[in-house]
Amino acid sequence: MEKEISITPALEIHDLTVAFDRKPVLWNIDLKLPQGKLVGIIGPNGAGKSTLIKAVMGLLPLSSGFAKLFDQDLNDIRTRVSYVPQRESVDWDFPASVLDVVLMGRYGKLGLFNRPRKADRDAAMDCLKQVGMEQYAHRQISQLSGGQQQRTFLARALAQQADIYFMDEPFAGVDAATEKAIIELLRNMTQANKTVIVVHHDLQSVPQYFDWVILLNTRLIACGPTASTFTQSNLQETYGGKLTLLSDVGDLIKRESFPNREGSAKQAL
Amino acid sequence: MNDIYIITTASLVASSCALLGCFLILRKMAMVGDAISHAVLPGIVIAFLISGSRDSITMLIGAGLIGILTTFLIEFFHKKAKLQTDASIGVTFTWLFAVGVVLISLFAGKVDLDQDCVLYGEIAYVPIDILIINNESFGPRALYIMSAILFAIILFIYIGYKELFLTTFDPAYASAIGISTSLWHYLLMSAVSLTTVASFESVGAILVVALLIAPAATAYLLTDNFKLMLVIACLAGIAASVTGYYVAVWLDSSIAGSIAMMAGVIFTFTLIFSPSHGLISKRLKATIG
Ligand SMILES: Nc1ncnc2c1ncn2[C@@H]1O[C@H](COP(=O)(O)OP(=O)(O)O)[C@@H](O)[C@H]1O
Ligand SMILES: [Mg+2]
Repeated sequence: MEKEISITPALEIHDLTVAFDRKPVLWNIDLKLPQGKLVGIIGPNGAGKSTLIKAVMGLLPLSSGFAKLFDQDLNDIRTRVSYVPQRESVDWDFPASVLDVVLMGRYGKLGLFNRPRKADRDAAMDCLKQVGMEQYAHRQISQLSGGQQQRTFLARALAQQADIYFMDEPFAGVDAATEKAIIELLRNMTQANKTVIVVHHDLQSVPQYFDWVILLNTRLIACGPTASTFTQSNLQETYGGKLTLLSDVGDLIKRESFPNREGSAKQAL
Repeated sequence: MNDIYIITTASLVASSCALLGCFLILRKMAMVGDAISHAVLPGIVIAFLISGSRDSITMLIGAGLIGILTTFLIEFFHKKAKLQTDASIGVTFTWLFAVGVVLISLFAGKVDLDQDCVLYGEIAYVPIDILIINNESFGPRALYIMSAILFAIILFIYIGYKELFLTTFDPAYASAIGISTSLWHYLLMSAVSLTTVASFESVGAILVVALLIAPAATAYLLTDNFKLMLVIACLAGIAASVTGYYVAVWLDSSIAGSIAMMAGVIFTFTLIFSPSHGLISKRLKATIG
């Protein structure tokens, strides 16, 4: 495991704690991710998956610890880092077209005063093509389906041409065919040595999709290559000890009736 | 000539407010505009007491500072004291407005300001307050001030278009790519404060509030394109100014009040008849399927 991280880690998190109202939501997270991997963040609702991504992206105050990307501070390499927020985090009735949104991915590189040029438009169109949305470029975002919204966000992230991507539930509300196509796209990106970190909900598809997994429930349960990390015992620890069968875990999560460890973990703190 | 002066001034105010209003309503901050337009009152009074004149520059600075303070206090109560946004807005602006009212009555003798004038403005006096340099008359002073404000706002939006657009649509993503959401938030709020103060003398606080929201809301119902929304909002504001003026003349009533009323009438009309978002077209679409 250590050997795989001999070169600069894509992400290194050290002693990270995040608290809201002094209640820890992430507790003492330590992990390293190698470059060029497709990584899944797995954990029950409220486990702190979104919070972990937001903390790394500098969107939340940290109670302690730090995160480094390619051994550097986020502020020094912002243009190499991309972020796909949860789809529900924005108002899709906003008066903007699909192309307007994808062009936002170019803003970081443009800086103040500069407007998107033809090259930026071309790059944006190319990213739309990659997610199969080129014919929707001039569509209003209010008229998109959930899956199309998600692909628009993905295209925006691609337009950043970053080296590491954080994606919060990119498969939420996406149909099976689109999910396959997106995974294919993410695979190709990791082949080009990009690192892609994805919050994921469907346990069944984890071994098939991800090279690495991060199992999270307030604390870090495990982080490593899927084959050796995505084990029955780690899953039980992540989702609570009651379940014995992997498929049960998957089914329960779909019905959202799963108890999460958050309550008991908080009491223990 | 006087009606041209009045209509032009009102249209300049309306356009400035409409442009800023588009950002406010998309940021779901319509009430913040309302709050700032009231909260600048103590700033105006204090600036007046310090400078001893209604000199516009001092007033603009005083009010600009109070506007930023208002924004800061609202954020502070919301984030640090965990008050709901609407509650923190409510507390902040009523308190600051009250301070302004007390200051005015305290210094009533020294201050050539009164509540009525601040609330309702007196746009009818615009043609009387003439800019005079070297004994030469250059036309109404308000015309110059409001032109400068509108120009500044257009410049601000032109330069910061990307940043304003992105921080309005998706603040988390904006921060993630290194665009400061709070910087643009405060810049926008400063622009709202400046516009409010510059406008209050001529049109009063109430009309400013109406013009900040109604034309932008009208435009929101008419288009799905943000740039077009900015243009339509200005046109709606100008239409309200022109029609409002003639309604006031016709009914012999308050000009500012009539303009605000017409802004509301135009909005209601759009709400019912808008081809894309109107009540009628929605009803038709629902029945036809
Ligand atoms: N801004 C916030 N203020 C207070 N609590 C929050 C905030 N954001 C998230 N939380 C809490 O932190 C916990 C983790 O949230 P989150 O990271 O969104 O979970 P996940 O993405 O794994 O479902 C939840 O219990 C949630 O209620
Ligand atoms: Mg989440």
